[in-house]
Amino acid sequence: MKFGNKKKLALSVAVALAGIAAIAVSSWPSQAQSGADVLVIKNATILTVTKGTIKNGTVVIRNGKIAEVGANVQAPAGATVIDGTGMFVAPGTIDCHSHIAVEGGVNEGSVSDSSMANILDVLNPNDIDIYRDLAGGVTAANILHGSANAIGGQTIVIKLRWGLPAERLVFEGAMPGIKFALGENPKRSNNPVIPGQIRRYPATREGVEDVIRQSFTEAVEYKKQWDEYNRRKAAGESNLIPPRRDLRLDPLVEVLEGKRYVHSHCYRADEILMLLRVSKEFGFKVRTLQHVLEGYKVAKEMAEYGVGGSTFSDWWSYKLEAYDAIPYNLALMTQKGVIASVNSDDAEEATHLNQEAAKTIKYGGLSHDEAMKLFTINPAKQLGIENRVGSIEVGKDADLAIYNHDPLSVYAVVQKTIIDGKVYFDRQKDIAMRAENAKEKQALIEKERQASGAGRGGRGAQPQGPGRGPGSTIEDREE
Amino acid sequence: MKTMLKSILIVAIAIVAAGLAGTLALRVQAQTQQTYAITGARVFPISGPPMDGATIIIRDGKIAAVGKGVAIPSGAKVIDARGLEVYPGIFNAITEMGINEIGEGAPGSVDSSELGDYNPQLVTASAVNPASAHIPVTRADGITHVISAMGAGGGRGGGGSVIPGQASLFNLAGWTMDEMQIRRSAAMTVNWPVLPGGGGGGGRGGPAPAAGTGNRQEYDKRIAELTEWLDRARHYAQASQNKANFERDLKLEALVPVIKGEMPLFIMANQANQIREAVAFCDKQKVKIIIATGTAAGEVKDLLKEKNVPVVLRPTLTLVRGEDDPYDLSLSLAGELFKAGVKIAYGSFGNEFARRITQQAGNSVAYGLPHDEALKALTINPAEMFGVSKDLGTIEVGKMANLIVTNGDPLELTTEVKYLFIRGMATSTDNRHKQLYEEYRKRP
Repeated sequence: MKFGNKKKLALSVAVALAGIAAIAVSSWPSQAQSGADVLVIKNATILTVTKGTIKNGTVVIRNGKIAEVGANVQAPAGATVIDGTGMFVAPGTIDCHSHIAVEGGVNEGSVSDSSMANILDVLNPNDIDIYRDLAGGVTAANILHGSANAIGGQTIVIKLRWGLPAERLVFEGAMPGIKFALGENPKRSNNPVIPGQIRRYPATREGVEDVIRQSFTEAVEYKKQWDEYNRRKAAGESNLIPPRRDLRLDPLVEVLEGKRYVHSHCYRADEILMLLRVSKEFGFKVRTLQHVLEGYKVAKEMAEYGVGGSTFSDWWSYKLEAYDAIPYNLALMTQKGVIASVNSDDAEEATHLNQEAAKTIKYGGLSHDEAMKLFTINPAKQLGIENRVGSIEVGKDADLAIYNHDPLSVYAVVQKTIIDGKVYFDRQKDIAMRAENAKEKQALIEKERQASGAGRGGRGAQPQGPGRGPGSTIEDREE
Repeated sequence: MKTMLKSILIVAIAIVAAGLAGTLALRVQAQTQQTYAITGARVFPISGPPMDGATIIIRDGKIAAVGKGVAIPSGAKVIDARGLEVYPGIFNAITEMGINEIGEGAPGSVDSSELGDYNPQLVTASAVNPASAHIPVTRADGITHVISAMGAGGGRGGGGSVIPGQASLFNLAGWTMDEMQIRRSAAMTVNWPVLPGGGGGGGRGGPAPAAGTGNRQEYDKRIAELTEWLDRARHYAQASQNKANFERDLKLEALVPVIKGEMPLFIMANQANQIREAVAFCDKQKVKIIIATGTAAGEVKDLLKEKNVPVVLRPTLTLVRGEDDPYDLSLSLAGELFKAGVKIAYGSFGNEFARRITQQAGNSVAYGLPHDEALKALTINPAEMFGVSKDLGTIEVGKMANLIVTNGDPLELTTEVKYLFIRGMATSTDNRHKQLYEEYRKRP
């Protein structure tokens, strides 16, 4: 993380502002405070993604779920109605690779296998990037560690329920994952060599493979011990001593048992094939290849294996292993039968994944429907949540984005973002509240200035040092 | 020697193996010079309203005629552009084109920042690699000419020099820089020193970290140095009149066009107070100024208007700096500046996202900038800023024929460039990305 030091405003002001945000949000989803309320979006173009496009359609949302969708659906009496005339309703964007809502840095870089670290422990519900991404139509995101380690930390899928506490961000029932990373980042080839400091193994792609194989060799052995212990315990043996718990190997055993997805950062074709080969050796499945910039070179092998490809739209050349990256990657993987998604790796990029997906129409000739899938149903499939989200179908969670143009247009602006049938982002309300928020912020700063006394000259209310950069939470390429 | 010959042989074989249509085509600039007639298109001259079914004649690298009922010269190659649209080529007003090939892991491919705080004598054009893969990739999306600037700070290449060097303006096609260049010395880049009080750094594709540490004394020292450099350049210009007793100084010589008001200072600044100081400095020094910045411009828009200071916008696809700032501050910035009367252009700073400037302009339209103003910001505005509007920026007779023929709105994400003309030559839209796509698409 380039601007990892999330120094923001002085603590007191930050806390106060978080208060404003919380108040603001709690006042927003007014039409759906109780789950029994009914929300209706009518007269809109509905891009269901899986069941075609409905012009002048209506979506009825009940108890946070999509209850009805169609052209001839009536709004129930007493329902809250959003007039969608001229608007486009699409499934909320699902970002398969995000680092938002993480407190502090995202890399435990001291070891090459940091599988004991869990992103769940550092979820930060007050990260403003949650709100910014909501404003870009994002409703769910796969939150991962960075790519400093061959085997990184445990990942979690969240819904962007801004204003709710950390535990409510978690996407209930979504399979947790673990981040792997291959190539330049785990071998630290772009990190300065510090004199006197011993370099961390590995420093080559061969070594990255070795770290993964070593860890899984241990995990297989560890699993055997536990299986044996559990077998004997189940058989009624008493006075058994359980094997020593290993917090690093536990998640790898879950991977072996198919209870945890592997999401692996990778760039080059050779390392992609390496990981698929290693996974077969140890009998686990790689769920998604992340970034996978050279996926187009081995799309055939990816499709045969059944691994998803989640990549950028048009990033390239920022490092050596990104020099063969092409904007046709998404289209080529799709055309060769890989389930592909467009991801962000970056809080800002996430706000326009719809636009990034649109580029595949130009770069590779995908259809409108295929392009829509890249940020909706496909990432849902990759994260195993396609029965809940990713398309507009009866029974699915009402996680939707309302745009003022076709979401594949550069002119589309998100007007509302809805999660579980509640409006978490409303552009008109956001704009309307700006003056009031600014006034309240000023009042809080003034209050803090007075409270902190003349001696400190109100320093407490001033930004301390460089703020969070205007750059990004971009992780993989910085790491 | 034997090893060297062997490696040359291996390289040669590799190139042949990659196929003539493959690797070699990347290096060939693939331009054809002759007389062209583009017929039947909807022409957006920018200098006036769109014309339906107009004809454009291109001869000797220039626009020879534009309009309805223009006679097609005999021997002209006719391009039937019915259903297509023609625009002036797009001008990316700050990149590191040709001087930063791969940002990380290949330092030999990066020539974007030199050691030392004051290097006005360095010229970006000298190190631009005409065979850079970025050039064909970027022009394929309609960008026909760019400013490339040492110290622009795209990717990892930027430096902390106060004067990193001279920015160059050139066409994205040509066998050599001599063929490509439009203005070898287009502007003198300055990374305005950081003022106390903080402010963000670069960020993806943003300006380089500004010089200095944000310490007041340090700041004052650097401004004094900058002032001294300009004062010395004035003395130098005067002394150079007396040819007999005169010792040449390359740095001062390079600054003479600046103090004469012929070359603008191209000032990178991220903070509003930096912009205020830079504007006051240039006002006092009576030198031309262009500011490259982000949302800070919004805070000083009235000043920019009053002093007639143009702005090259840093990538608007950037997170806003402040936690409390409106989430769409970057997106609405261009519209705000336009409404305040400030002249704007778009720049990508780095090369990776050079082709995204049309997307940025499109987003600006979505958040309040009029569409025709967005087109100006991509064409005539930067041409005016860098003093080349006689030759570039609109479709008018006599101008350099840098044109794009598209199948729709160039700001839209799905629009394709069907034909590309640079210096009046039909130019290939083939590039490294298309070639890799074609190669692997055919993989059995």
